[in-house]
Amino acid sequence: MTATEPVAETEVPTRRITVTVNGERRVAEVEPRLLLAHLLRQGLALTGTHVGCDTTNCGACTVLYDGAPVKSCTMLAVQADGHEVTTVEGLGTPSELDPVQEGFAAEHGLQCGFCTPGMMLAARALLNRNPDPSEDEIRWGLSGNLCRCTGYQNIVKAVRWAAEKEAQ
Amino acid sequence: MTATAEPAASQALDEVKIGGLGSSRPRVEDARFIRGRGNYVEDVTLPGMLHMEILRSPLAHARIKSIDTSAAWAVPGVKLVLTGEMAAQRNLAWMPTLSYDTQAVLATDKVRFQGQEVACVVAEDPYIAKDACDAIVVEYEPLPPIVNPEQALAPGAPLIRDDKAGQADNVAYSWEVGDKAGTDAAFARADVVSTLRLHYPRSHPSPIENCGAVADFNNATGKLTVYLTSQAPHIVRAAVALIAELPEHMIRIISPDVGGGFGNKVPVYPGYVCAILCSILTAKPVKWIEDNTGNLSSTGFGRDMYLDSEMALTRDGKILAVRYHATTDQGAFYADAQPTKFKIGLVHSSFACYDVPVGHITAQGMYTNKAPGGVAYRCSFRVTEAMFFQERMMQAAADDIGMDQAEFRRRNLVRDDQFPYRTPFGFLTDSGQYLTCLQVGLDAIGYDDFLVEQAEARKQGRLLGIGISTMTEPLGAGNSREYDILGIKMFDSAELRVHPTGKAVLKIGAQTQGQGHETTFAQIVTHELGIPALDIVVEHGDTDHTPFGMGTYASRSTPVAGAATAMVARKIRAKARKLAAHLLEVLEEDVEWELGRFFVRGAESRGVTIQECAMAAYSNMPDGMEPGLENNAYYDPPNLTWPFACYIATVEVDPETGVWDVLRFVAVDDCGVRINPMIVEGQIMGGLTEAYAMSNMQFQTYDTDGNLVGANYMDYLLPTAWETPGFELHEVVTPSPHHPIGAKGVGECAAVGGPAAYVNAVMNALRPTGVRNIDMPLLPDRVWHAAHTGDDVSGAPPFRTE
Amino acid sequence: MYPSRFRYEAPRTLDEALALLAEHGDEAKILAGGQSLVPMMKLRFAAPGVLVDINGLEGLGHHEETPGGGMRVGALCRHVDLEHSTVLPGAQPTMAAAAPLVADPIVRTRGTLVGSLCHADPQGDWASVMLALGGSVVATSARGRRTIPVGEFVVGTFQNALEYDEIAVEAVVPAAQGARSGSYLKLERRVGDFATAGVAVALESVGEEVVRAGIALTGVGPATIAATEAAQTLVGSRLDPDVVDRAADLAAAVARPRTDHRGTADYKRHVVATFVRRILTAERAPAGAAA
Repeated sequence: MTATEPVAETEVPTRRITVTVNGERRVAEVEPRLLLAHLLRQGLALTGTHVGCDTTNCGACTVLYDGAPVKSCTMLAVQADGHEVTTVEGLGTPSELDPVQEGFAAEHGLQCGFCTPGMMLAARALLNRNPDPSEDEIRWGLSGNLCRCTGYQNIVKAVRWAAEKEAQ
Repeated sequence: MTATAEPAASQALDEVKIGGLGSSRPRVEDARFIRGRGNYVEDVTLPGMLHMEILRSPLAHARIKSIDTSAAWAVPGVKLVLTGEMAAQRNLAWMPTLSYDTQAVLATDKVRFQGQEVACVVAEDPYIAKDACDAIVVEYEPLPPIVNPEQALAPGAPLIRDDKAGQADNVAYSWEVGDKAGTDAAFARADVVSTLRLHYPRSHPSPIENCGAVADFNNATGKLTVYLTSQAPHIVRAAVALIAELPEHMIRIISPDVGGGFGNKVPVYPGYVCAILCSILTAKPVKWIEDNTGNLSSTGFGRDMYLDSEMALTRDGKILAVRYHATTDQGAFYADAQPTKFKIGLVHSSFACYDVPVGHITAQGMYTNKAPGGVAYRCSFRVTEAMFFQERMMQAAADDIGMDQAEFRRRNLVRDDQFPYRTPFGFLTDSGQYLTCLQVGLDAIGYDDFLVEQAEARKQGRLLGIGISTMTEPLGAGNSREYDILGIKMFDSAELRVHPTGKAVLKIGAQTQGQGHETTFAQIVTHELGIPALDIVVEHGDTDHTPFGMGTYASRSTPVAGAATAMVARKIRAKARKLAAHLLEVLEEDVEWELGRFFVRGAESRGVTIQECAMAAYSNMPDGMEPGLENNAYYDPPNLTWPFACYIATVEVDPETGVWDVLRFVAVDDCGVRINPMIVEGQIMGGLTEAYAMSNMQFQTYDTDGNLVGANYMDYLLPTAWETPGFELHEVVTPSPHHPIGAKGVGECAAVGGPAAYVNAVMNALRPTGVRNIDMPLLPDRVWHAAHTGDDVSGAPPFRTE
Repeated sequence: MYPSRFRYEAPRTLDEALALLAEHGDEAKILAGGQSLVPMMKLRFAAPGVLVDINGLEGLGHHEETPGGGMRVGALCRHVDLEHSTVLPGAQPTMAAAAPLVADPIVRTRGTLVGSLCHADPQGDWASVMLALGGSVVATSARGRRTIPVGEFVVGTFQNALEYDEIAVEAVVPAAQGARSGSYLKLERRVGDFATAGVAVALESVGEEVVRAGIALTGVGPATIAATEAAQTLVGSRLDPDVVDRAADLAAAVARPRTDHRGTADYKRHVVATFVRRILTAERAPAGAAA
């Protein structure tokens, strides 16, 4: 072990950020390079947001950022300062599930469950924009999220299930 | 109307209502997953936990001249920098594979594939660990890389495994099966010999969750606890005991929720061993979460097999014999997860569904400078290749003799009255209704109408095609006489405890990765005991608290662990019957069973429920009876189960771009008795999607320098909801005659049999061009080249660049 | 998966942002949508010393028509804004066709058109579209403001013409000389894949006669390629089949694709010709019907 001088390097600059996560104000001291996904998972212990790929393809880490779906592995935690983030833990309430959650369970829209939180948040965003999507619109709308287990057919059904419930 | 005695109204429970066999009960797993409350390895956080990152080789083949870790040690927050040399001091630089080869944990002498593990760093957080990995300086002396078997066999090829004493060439194994003389004789009699050569490309199972571990060695107690992304935690415990020389009772492997496996999470990987060693060295919990590039470039791939085949036929379409040579590209280490006796998995299960009198297969495996493995990617050990070869050969042969592909299959499929049927390579298939399945599929797709539509479309220059794939798959290894992994026989186990109030805990040695065992295994108990499925909890994945099992892969959970579950429930029922006799004050022989209840023969209204028996087991047992109501069962299957499937795809090929779209896809699966039809259908649709992926876009290849193409999702393409076709599912049910509840495996059939349906459909569309084969995936440019030149297109590596 | 360390600045005004760029020179990198930059930082292909996050700046989210059929797109206008724009479908058919094909639906939430131009990836869709439209990038620095035609802005693979102290604040499409038509076609193997080949065609016509044309190619060279000669062939024409064929061949001839795992060079060239032909043939059909 050689002793180079790590004097300046040890002072890692951090920033204090305030993020509203699932309706709750959370304050964190973060390094600028910390990814939003890692803030949620480690810093805030919201492990429902999963990280799959390194390349912004899989969408497992999808959360809502000021209501819009984003891949939280491709945003910095500091960018969430002053913004609202909704994760799977904030989908629905403790006493009542979001219809999207109900739909995924009712239509067997998940197997291993790893892509499910991101997929459900993408579905939630889709329904917010288009409350009555066709099968094609659902397939197109969820095409930023990968699932290896289900073959998507039941995910499409799950989103339709939620749309129909919400139409009632 | 004649008067008959009114039969006593049965008080048996409605099995579907209480969640037994045939009930599409909602999954119990979903409650946590839809709330983001799953518990995957990456979610595990332990006090004082450190983080590990791995430094990988950028080169495919190179001698390591030096490794300088000094700058890495100097990064603030770094706790340990581990090299192969340091691991070697603990005899851990190398480890055994599941195919009796060795594999480097951390490279010492050479790197043998791009992405190989060279060093690792443990630090306070993973960002720092990554910084320090980047600070390690490795000096390499490049060596010529080998990226296919032909190069490996060429005279003067560099020796990849110069670490192995007595290894003079790049051959990993040679193997053969069948009757050579009989096959040669049959070929001599043939009217027609149909030949086909192709390459099944390298593919990666690529679950969305990558591999990872949290290793926690407690130096006060000497106990090692490892949270692991494993499909087979009990096997891992045994392997860790052997590799790390730790006593097995001081090792606890916990596989929590697993984010998809598909065969990728069966082996023991260098990263796991490094995490364990780093925890021992730092006396802290060490977490390692592989990145996607690491997963795709170093962990178990599937396929990468070459076929050179011949089929002997009569002019009227009867198969006389088949023979083929299969060559596998194993990568740098022969690390297939497969039964000991078989060097190329169960590739010889090909042609099991056809009445083929004789056959001969030779096989050879090669070392190359590519990632190691050859895992059973969503199949029962190389069965995917076997069935793809079979069905591509079937189509080529039908074309060669000018016979309709459906009719050709009809003439050769094993008939219902031929079971049990001995296949040309020695398997005994158990049951099936192959011709019925084929007909259900043809009717569903509207076969005859499609042929008319296809002919009309051709007149307008449109290319429509239809492809059929019929196949049976050997699922549920063992029996123990023939099947073992590293000497451990391939049985499975279950332990069942019924509590005083009639609620139950079932513990199994299988390991769900999305298959829904917590739901379906309870249904088996419900079927046997009439305890509502909601009253049964299923536990698995913790080696300290579940019985030994071989794990979940090769579609073996329902055939083996599912059978063990039925058998242990029957043991419980046998004891409950004694308790019932005691409670009813009759002889045991006079006690009858109906679902959920024992009653007195001839006095049906006098009975006791299974719950009452459970209470009696703890509160009112007869004199001399051991208290309690629990038991276990180890199940050694008498045979494999043999599900059958018929998959039919119709496609349209755009002749201008080579892009092809699936018009319809019909699947007819006969997997025996379906425990939970909803889950079975989910498995089939998932498999069909992976099949589509492999036929259309998903593959890994290497360039001449040994650089991997497909090391991340930008290049390794997995289909989204948009591209994935819709599926129309049908069923035929032929119960397995030897499985306690008549079930067969199903999780993989669609991934195994599906690819040939898509490929055969595209080849059918291109038939007027004279093209015989395009290697998967059928990329638009390959299809376009074939359609325009009439030439076959090879996809074998190295891929061409300019 | 874990970016290197950097200094993070989130200026409130454009002047602050420009001052930061002037201060840090080539150490600094602008963060807008971040959908290409952050992945590259995670893979450590990029390691900027200072990240200047412009997402907090006001007045850059716009996309709006300008007189005579032009268009302005601000640096923080996201792909999703263009995908769901009510303005584009009538006014800018080529842009409207491309908007839903950029990356994937989630990436489109954050990614920006101007950022895509700055990234100068030869696989980028917007550079082709803007090149075909004869568009420009407006760059600002403490030294002033300049407008750079897209053809000069994209100078090579991942290389743009910005000076270190400049910020691209807007992309501009000039006024049209006639009625706009055109489209964008991309061959991708799955949503979010890089283009095997892509073609943007932008036409301006008076009656049935083309008065201005632009054709640009995605993913078939070291940078976005303008098929100038092919486009020129169309001017003055009524897109008759022989003209269409000539344009298709000329476009294919300027493509400089490499054989790789997405396809052979021959194939990519062929796709370029096919797509040019398809777009132009489709454009001719409704015009002919109206005549």
